[in-house]
Amino acid sequence: MNYTLTINGKRRSVDVAPEMPLLWVLRNELGLVGSKFGCGMGVCGACTVHVDGQAQRSCSLPISDVGTAKIVTIEGVGATPVGQRLQKAWLDIDVAQCGYCQAGQIMSAAALLQQTPKPGHEDIVSGMSGNICRCATYDRIQKAILNAAGKMEAVDAA
Amino acid sequence: MQPDTTVLTRRAFLSASLLAGGGLALDFTIPVQAAVPAGASVLGAFVSIAPNGAITIMGKNPEIGQGIKTSLAMMIADELDADWAQVSVVQADVDPDRYGPQFAGASLSTPTNWLPMRRAGAAARDMLLRAAATRWNVPIDQIKTAKGRLIHGATKRSLGYGDVASAAAMLTPPDLQTVKLKSPDQFSIIGQPTRGVDSGRVIRGEPLFGIDTRLTGMLYAAYEAPPAHGAKLRSADLSAAKAAPGVKHVFQIQGAGGPGGVVEGIAILATNWWYANEARAKLVLDWDMTAAKGHSSEDYAAQAKALLDANAGIDFERSGDPAKAMAGAAKRIKSRYDYPFLAHATLEPQNCTALYQNGQIEIWAPSQQPQPGRELIAKELGIPLDKQIVHITRIGGGFGRRLNNDYMAQAAAIAKALPGVPVQLLWSREDDTRRDFYRPGGWHEFEAGVDGDGKIVAFTNHFATFGADGKSQRFANMAERHFPARLVPNLAFTQSYMKIGIPMGALRAPTSNAMAFCFQGFLDEVAVLGGRDLPSLILELCAEDKIVGDADAPDIAPKGFHTARARAVVEKVVEISKWAERPKEKGRGRGFAFYFCHQGYFAEVVDVSVADDKSITVHKIWAAGDVGRQIVNPMMAEAQVRGSILDGLAQALEGQKITFTDGAIEQSNFSDFRLGRIDRNPDVEIAWVLSDFHPSGLGEPALPPVIPALTNAIYAATGTRVRSLPIEL
Repeated sequence: MNYTLTINGKRRSVDVAPEMPLLWVLRNELGLVGSKFGCGMGVCGACTVHVDGQAQRSCSLPISDVGTAKIVTIEGVGATPVGQRLQKAWLDIDVAQCGYCQAGQIMSAAALLQQTPKPGHEDIVSGMSGNICRCATYDRIQKAILNAAGKMEAVDAA
Repeated sequence: MQPDTTVLTRRAFLSASLLAGGGLALDFTIPVQAAVPAGASVLGAFVSIAPNGAITIMGKNPEIGQGIKTSLAMMIADELDADWAQVSVVQADVDPDRYGPQFAGASLSTPTNWLPMRRAGAAARDMLLRAAATRWNVPIDQIKTAKGRLIHGATKRSLGYGDVASAAAMLTPPDLQTVKLKSPDQFSIIGQPTRGVDSGRVIRGEPLFGIDTRLTGMLYAAYEAPPAHGAKLRSADLSAAKAAPGVKHVFQIQGAGGPGGVVEGIAILATNWWYANEARAKLVLDWDMTAAKGHSSEDYAAQAKALLDANAGIDFERSGDPAKAMAGAAKRIKSRYDYPFLAHATLEPQNCTALYQNGQIEIWAPSQQPQPGRELIAKELGIPLDKQIVHITRIGGGFGRRLNNDYMAQAAAIAKALPGVPVQLLWSREDDTRRDFYRPGGWHEFEAGVDGDGKIVAFTNHFATFGADGKSQRFANMAERHFPARLVPNLAFTQSYMKIGIPMGALRAPTSNAMAFCFQGFLDEVAVLGGRDLPSLILELCAEDKIVGDADAPDIAPKGFHTARARAVVEKVVEISKWAERPKEKGRGRGFAFYFCHQGYFAEVVDVSVADDKSITVHKIWAAGDVGRQIVNPMMAEAQVRGSILDGLAQALEGQKITFTDGAIEQSNFSDFRLGRIDRNPDVEIAWVLSDFHPSGLGEPALPPVIPALTNAIYAATGTRVRSLPIEL
């Protein structure tokens, strides 16, 4: 089936099976490899993208359900003010260890800040609990989100 | 210097593969061997400097999140007196002749590279100094270096490194063993909190990991491996899978040996990995399960209980007369401890990309030790080492899983069957969970006797584990002279062995992650029996200055256990956690534990509460660590300690266990093998004890003590002693 998608503001056409999850369209058809494969059942969050502004697990979203929704991935989130602030905060305190989950973490954090610009601890826990970091960088994830939300003094690295 | 023929050969090979792939083969380029900027001068294996002063440093070891690509480069750059802002780091290909051993394991990258990396930087600086001395015609000792510049103070002249790099490259490198190194007070990069060199690319989602490798015309492979460890393929009907959407090839791969190499199975290749994986459901396979029968986790537990009951272990360690001393002790205590099999669950599932053509293979391997991977491919697939090019990719989590290279051999076997076609093998999460090299379960019986003052007079441990012929198997073993051996007058460690049919491997802090729980948990029981606390008991055992095990050797981190270093971290954590004033209230308590492994010393205190509904909340953790005289990158060092601690808590608190029946693993995904999430993110306070010893690594040693510190805290809070993992109150 032919599908035309709007990804990071650009129109992209693919010819794939209707059941193919969006993740595999992004990674294997369109060369957008920033969204990661972790579990394939929506429980680790590594594949998180925005679908009309909502954080969604692209590994569990069939392409046929995307319709005309606007998709934003890690490759495009830096073009939004919130995404830009988050990426800067992530870099300032150097959140990443292995880094594999971080695209998904940033996408979940961006969706959280879109809806809750000044999140408290509980907001962060509920907004980010769908994303696993196997290296357990949770402390820095939390700090980076607070930094990006302007709730903490930025902690800078060399 | 001679032109680097290795580089030229490899570049030529890459060009050939570009053409064969049809047009531009690489959608992006993982930096190829010695991806040095054009016109840059090469100063030894690790450093090249461009005319504009830009410095390229080769990162020799795999980056698995431990920060080694950054910290080894920091060591080189500091001795080079480089301006860190002008440094870029390029991942080296596998080339041990050029770079030395290239692996990420056993927390050895820091201690084994601490001197070689600094010497490489110092050697390059020495060549630059000599070139500048010739240029200016001044004595070399009148020239100083700083931030990538050479300065002649007397004449107020200065040159950038790029100005003399080409002249320096013509000089003979100095002897690496005698080149002068900085004293620690001269360090300007080592010891500074430094951001990871690839962090910017990580947060923008740029291609970095093995799974991100893209080659034109590449096919994606899924692999149907045996459903149980030991199962053999009787017959296969591949026709329906071959007709599935997107599928290009389906074929059988013959097994070449054990589980560590090419495991037999069916390869399905498609234009998209999702098509390949979906087509697995169409395979009609008949497996002979005979050899897998009987390998069940419950059976092993029952066998282990019988072995402990029989109490007829083989001696592993013995001193004094423990039976006699036990009989004469004022008080005695006996307990059994056990822990389950565990999977690694790296977030990036196992994968590998390979291209075979004209008898040569090029591999993009997310492997923690790709050198044995090459040897495996040579042995099992007959592709000689000189016909292999192995690129090391960034790795989405190691934890010891990728010390094995089974996925690498598997990708090579598939690629070899399809010459000229680039192939990316990727495992599903379910494959990854079921085809692991597991942390083995283990079963222990302890007994100890104390005198009237609570001092240990006798101590025994009987360990039921996996092995044969009077020896434990690797990773199901216990460290030689494990604490408190040689510190208690009458002591016996004995072992009994069971045969195993499940692959075992190293999980972060192998053996230690399990032993710490048992030994430090039981020692807490002994401390309570003797009317004291565990920190005082450890301090008493370590009261006399001595080294248990190997004597110190020059230029490496000491392998033996130094009692004085143990005392220092115990005292430090007691101080920072205000242990003596710890609150004692119902439902809330603090626990302590100490452990020595991977040349590192860690003492940790956990503050926990247990609610009426038995739910456990960890409030805070204090950790004191000694990994020698220098923390190379404090930013990543703290991240490693914090990550290790949360990793240990997840093992104990998330119900993590791998179980199996007749060789078939019963867990499949993060739904039934749970990892820690952001809701358990306690405050962690870290204090470094800087001892005057060669630096050692931090990937592992902070993990083991947190588990017993937690279970000892649960005892303090509730009176319930946890003797089995994962924790079920």
